[in-house]
Formats: sequence, C-alpha cells, structure tokens
Amino acid sequence: MIGIVGYGSYLPRYRIKVESIAKEWGSDPEAIKRGLQLYEKTVPGLDEDTITISVEAAKNALLRAGINPQLIGAVYIGSESHPYAVKPSGTTLIDALGIGPNVHVASFEFACKAGTEAMYIAYSLVKANEMKYAMGIGADTSQGAPGDALEYSASAGGSAFIMGKENVVAEILFTTSYTSDTPDFWRREHEFYPRHAGRFTGEPAYFRHVINAAQNLLKKSGMKPEDFKYSVFHMPNGKFPQMAAKKLGFTKKQMEVGWIAPWMGNTYSGSSPTGLSAVLDVAKPGDKIFMVSFGSGAGSDGFIFKVTDKILDVQDKAVKLRDMLDKGKIYLDYGEYAKFRGKIILND
Amino acid sequence: MISPKYFREIPQRYRLEAGKCKKCGTAYFPPRLVCPECKSKEFTKVNLSSEGKLLTYTIVRVGSDKFSQQSPFAVGIVELKDGVRLTTQLADVEFDKLKIGLKVKLVFRKIQDEGKSGLHCYGYKAILI
Amino acid sequence: MRDVAVIGVGMTKFGELWGKSLRDIFVEAALKAIENAGVDHIDSMYVGSMSSGLFVGQEHLGAVMADYLGMNPIPATRVESACASGGVAFRSAYFEVASGNSDIVLAGGAEKMTDGADVTEALATAADQEYEVYQGVTFPGLYAMIANAYMHQYKTKREQIAAVAVKNHKNGANNPNAQFRSEITLDQVLNSTLVADPLRLLDCSPVSDGGAAVILCSMDIAKKFKGTPIRIKATAQASDTISLHSRKSLTSLTAVSVAAAKAYKSAGLTPKDINFAEVHDCFTIAEIVVTEDLGFFARGKGGSAVEKGLTSLGGKIPINTSGGLKSKGHPVGATGIAQIIEVYEQLTEQAGKRQVKNAKIGLAQNMGGSGASCVINILEAL
Repeated sequence: MIGIVGYGSYLPRYRIKVESIAKEWGSDPEAIKRGLQLYEKTVPGLDEDTITISVEAAKNALLRAGINPQLIGAVYIGSESHPYAVKPSGTTLIDALGIGPNVHVASFEFACKAGTEAMYIAYSLVKANEMKYAMGIGADTSQGAPGDALEYSASAGGSAFIMGKENVVAEILFTTSYTSDTPDFWRREHEFYPRHAGRFTGEPAYFRHVINAAQNLLKKSGMKPEDFKYSVFHMPNGKFPQMAAKKLGFTKKQMEVGWIAPWMGNTYSGSSPTGLSAVLDVAKPGDKIFMVSFGSGAGSDGFIFKVTDKILDVQDKAVKLRDMLDKGKIYLDYGEYAKFRGKIILND
Repeated sequence: MISPKYFREIPQRYRLEAGKCKKCGTAYFPPRLVCPECKSKEFTKVNLSSEGKLLTYTIVRVGSDKFSQQSPFAVGIVELKDGVRLTTQLADVEFDKLKIGLKVKLVFRKIQDEGKSGLHCYGYKAILI
Repeated sequence: MRDVAVIGVGMTKFGELWGKSLRDIFVEAALKAIENAGVDHIDSMYVGSMSSGLFVGQEHLGAVMADYLGMNPIPATRVESACASGGVAFRSAYFEVASGNSDIVLAGGAEKMTDGADVTEALATAADQEYEVYQGVTFPGLYAMIANAYMHQYKTKREQIAAVAVKNHKNGANNPNAQFRSEITLDQVLNSTLVADPLRLLDCSPVSDGGAAVILCSMDIAKKFKGTPIRIKATAQASDTISLHSRKSLTSLTAVSVAAAKAYKSAGLTPKDINFAEVHDCFTIAEIVVTEDLGFFARGKGGSAVEKGLTSLGGKIPINTSGGLKSKGHPVGATGIAQIIEVYEQLTEQAGKRQVKNAKIGLAQNMGGSGASCVINILEAL
C-alpha cells in the first residue's frame, strides 16, 4: 500500500474581504460574490512567503506522519510564487526541518497544479522503491493584478503531503494527468503580475482539462462518482469547481468539505491540495476521495485516494485546516493589503 | 554580500540549534566555544523547544532603514522551556494584546531581505498561543 | 602607581555641526583642552570614537588626529567601547600616566553622526548583530524592553521616568555647550512621538556631532601648569553579556554595579560620599536604573527619587547637572569625556548656574550598548 502517511497545511491569519477590494475599483461586491462565489481571501504577512508557508505546512505533516525527518528522501515544492527565480524553495525547508542532506530537492512550476505535480512525483519515487518517504508540497502567495478579476481570488496558503508505504492514512489507488498547450494564463519572466485570457480560461482551459482528466480517472479505475464520499477540484473561485462537479455527476454534499475557496480564495498550487487536507481532517476509514487539480498552460492531475483506519490516529496530531480558516482572522483594509502584497512603489 | 555570514547562522536561525555544556548542562544559544559558567570546552548539540513565555517586549516604531517597511513591529525577549532566552519579533500580534508573561511559540518566518536583489533571510518569530 | 590629575578640559558645542568634519571637531576640542591646561606638549593621546568607520568611512583615528593636531610622532590610540569609548579612553590615558610611562596625556572623544549614514543601523552595532539586530531590534527598543520590565516589576509610573528628561533639560538650559538649551515639560515628554513603546522621542538622547578632550598629567608636576588640577581618585570598568536577553536581570545593569563596587572600594568611599554624578542617560530609563546600580537609591526607588527632586540641582545628589546625554547631546565617542569635563568644572567651581554647592567628589559613569560595558571614574577636588 502506497500513499499519504502525513499531511498538513498552513494558512496566514490575514484576510481581506471582497467588499474592501471592490470598493477600491468601483465594482459591485455583491455581483462579484454571486458571480465568483468568493467572500474573502487569505493574505500573507510581510514576513511570509511560499517558503515559510511550506515549512509550517510541512511541520504539521511531520507531526502527523510521526517519522524521523532524516528518512525523507526527496522534497518537492510546487508554486508559482517561489521566492527566488533561481534557488529552490526546498533547500531552505530541508535545513529548517532537519531533513537531509542526503535528499533530493527540486522546485516545480505548473501554475496552479505545481502542488499536485510535487505530490505525484513524491508518490512515484516511493512507488518505485527509490526511497522510504518523499514529500510533495503545494504552496503559493500569488499576486493578482490591481483592479483585475483575479485580485479577488489570488490568495496565500499551502499543504504538504508525506508519501510512504508504512502507516498509510490515505492510499493512492489511481492517478492520471491530462496536458496540452493551452495559453489561458501565464507570467513572463520579470513581470510582476500574471496575465490571463479572460473567458478563454473557462471552457477551453479549466473545464476541458479537469473534465477530461476526471473522466480518464473514472475510466481507469472503473469507478463512478457515487463511489466517492468526497470530491475536490481545483478552486480558482467558488463557482468553477461546483460547475465541474455538476458536469461530472458529483453532488454538493460530496463537494462540501473540500470546497473552501469562498473563504480562502485561490491558493494556486495550494488550492486542491488544501481542499484535500480539509477532507482528510474529517474523513473516516474506507472513505474514497476523488481529486482533480488544474494548472493553467494547461493541465490537470487526478488522484483517487482511499482512507485507511490509520487516519483516526493522525487527524488530531496537528492543527486542522478549518481551525486555521475560521479562527484568529485579522482583517486588512485595501491600503494594508497593498502594502503587504508589495503593490506600492517604494523609493530604493 | 552576506552569504557566508548568513549561511553560518542557519542551524541556529532555522532549527534553534543550541550547544549544551557537557559538564554543567547549561544550554547556550547561539552555541559557544567555552562555557561561561564552568569554563568547559565540550558541548552537545540540542534543538531548543519552540515554546516559551514573554519576559518583556516593546513596539519598535522607528526601525533602521532595512526594517522601515515592517514598522511598527513588536519585539520581545522570550524565555524558552529549556531556560534559554532570546530576542525575537512577535508576529501577527495585535499590540494591545501584549502583556509580560504571555505564552508564545516560535515559528518560521522571513526576517529581512538583503535589498531588492540580495538574499531572503529567514529565522524565528514568536506568535501568541 | 602614582597620582594622576586632570588639569585642563575643552569641548565643542554639541549639536548638528554641519560645517565641521570629524577631524575639525576633535582638533577643536583638543586644542581648547591643551590651551586651558597650559601645557606646551603632550606625550601621548587617546581618541574615543564608536563608529567613525560607519559614520564617515574613516578608521585609524589615532593616526588621523595626531596628524591633524600637529602632534606627530607621538603615540595615538583609537579606543572603542561603543558609547563608553570616551570613558575608556580616559581610563586608558590614566594608566599611561599612573604607570609612569608618560607624564602628560590627552584623552579625547569625538563623533560625527550627521553625515548621512543610517544612524540606527550604526548605533545598533553596539548590540548583538546576529541575535538582536538581525531581528530588527533597535537601541530605543532594547531600553524600552528594560523600561517595560522595570515598570512591571516595580510599578514605577511613566511620569517618573519622563521626569528625568525634564530635569536634564532644566540643567542643560544653563550649559552653553548643550545641544538643547530649552526647558521641556512633563506633558511634552509624554506626548512626544513614540519611538519604541513606552519610550518617546523626548525620552531619547539625540543624534549629535561633538568633541571633547581633557589633559591628564602626573600629580607631581600638575601645579606647574596654568590649569587647576583635580585628582583622579579611582577608575573601574566591567563587562556584561553583549545581548540584553543573556543578562541575569532585565531591570538592573550588572556591569554598572560591579564597576561601581570596584571604584568605591579602590577609592575607599561609599555611595553616600559622592556629591554629584554624571550618568549615562542615553534614555530616561537608563538614568533611573543606573542610579540604583550606583547605590544611590534602593532597587525600584530610582523613579520616585527623580520625582521627589532628589537628583535635581539642589537635591541630595544632583545627577547630570550638565544636562546629561538627553539635553547636552550624545556624540557617542565624546560623551564619556564630556562627563569628565562636567565633573571637572563642578570640582573647580567653574560650573556657573549649574554649580553644585560644596562639590568635592564627583562620579562619572559611562556605558556601552545596553550595558555590556561600563566605566566609572571618581574624581575629587584638591
């Protein structure tokens, strides 16, 4: 049996409401809340970035896995906001957690699915018997351009998954990947904000890849939507994953626990991984979980998990996602938000 | 260019690695070459507990140029469970909630940037628990 | 070791001296001291300066100042102990004379802080770079943490701490060389801008340029010169941990009490014998804690002592009649020497409106950083 032996997440405490952003740009917050099903999003503190978020999420994963960090043979962090363009986020993480130095480290990028990339590769190395444990992390502090639709959703947070063969809490039964060159959203080197192609990001990008990957996964596994207790899809906003679920035959009830975007925003590489974390916090032994991510450019990774009875031993070993999402929130106004996000031009 | 100096302090700043005197058991952070208490020169590596209490604090309103963006920020002296004391910023904290004696936990945060193109410098900060 | 006298002093005005360089400042003070002492040569000199490198890019100050004082080839030594550089320069000069190695030695200090350097960053080099400053803490921050711990322990009122600034400005108003010569009110202190809670702008000594110098000579030749001699009765120095968090106490400064004990013992005196003192009020709270460490007041009573006027000019033990660092100014390397100058002027009855009656024994306490080094000099009138 191969799968997740430890999982953990981290969300910053800061939030900004849709109303505060809408007010700045003269938009109607109710229309945005209705259209995108977003209410507020997480904001990273001035002292937080993809590395610090990954470290805290990984600490929680280690608490749940209960393993000696020295046994981890690989650490992959997927993000589109790695603090360095050249210098992998994982090197700081391994020294912070006492992993390595005999460890393989790399940074992944594939827009919002870099996290599931990292998870897939970590799982594959363990499956190939290359190492006992490997960790895949999805974390981001993505930027939304001021006044753009994405400013309402681009948020910060991340989740870490340690893959192994012993004391598995969620077995990975099937995986798939569906990729094509679909230019729906990108960021050129040296550009501060990403660009996107408006409505083209929907049908030809998100839905095409998510639906195809999902259908392939169902076919591969011979399973039907009703077989699953929970489903998690990439959440660029609150609306898209619900639409995908409907198209595929997943119900609102199956979506409910993992559907955290309306209060978290889109944590990009952390999106579906953090939805998965929310599900694992409450899942029961035997539950099956269906997850499909999406990364612009474009591609989708699919996973089918089966929760084991070991899940009950680990859920309480670290802070739960809902506690981080709902408690200790500190609300910012737009000015504070702009300062935190480095959107204000400073003198050198 | 601060790479060598920054690199040397990583075990302390990232993992709270201290040196415990083999002879008298006093822990030092950062580690030392000679124990001020008993003058012994032999130490073992220990990773300090990240929990402690706040002994004193202040809110820095006027920081040096490097910290001007972060001002105002809270700074305090924390005594960890091992008896070791250190100076650290207090993160995500509402200033009026600060009191001497509060329980804190050290977390991993970015401490400063070496300008626009230099290193990101990480380390520990305290949050209230 | 033989007796050593101070026979002449000189200083520049303290303040923003835009037109004067570090060299100009030191040389001006040194020439005044030499002139007032009436010596025709000096055997050696000590230059106290904390951060000339960071402030003006100049090290090797001994060489620079001996050159510009026209004193080549005498030995000249830069002394550094953060804010105690001046006091330690004085102590070093004392030993050179007391040992018989030299007869006439100049001890001076100078700092040029307004040439555009990041002052907060430069001053922070007196703290633990990697474990205090790295975290973002500043000097006001360190003393503010002492203030918070002190107020928490002794229930001292904020007004009692602020009273130090009011007193020192009142004294400084009568000091022609002081940077600030206007009185301030308690209200003004308590409403000035916050720098590091609870310390406000008027709790903090200012950024200053300035220089000060004194001439020491062997007592047996002192009477030969123009200047009035006073005796250096004792000198002592002590060290403590560089970082505040490593100290045994957050509400007292051990380097001060250890140096004080040594100084009193060597002078055969007790705190009660000291008539007045110049102490290192880099921040108002520092003066309060120091007066307790010097044994003038019991622990926790330093605040009420100021409030009651015990340390005012006419009080039981006048503290900082010069205006202290707060009102006189704090060009770091010069401060320790400027304290000696005030003690000298009091003991030789040249303090004018600041004169302490029956000033026979004075103490100067100078310290570096958050109290990691402290030097105490006790002087007496002949």
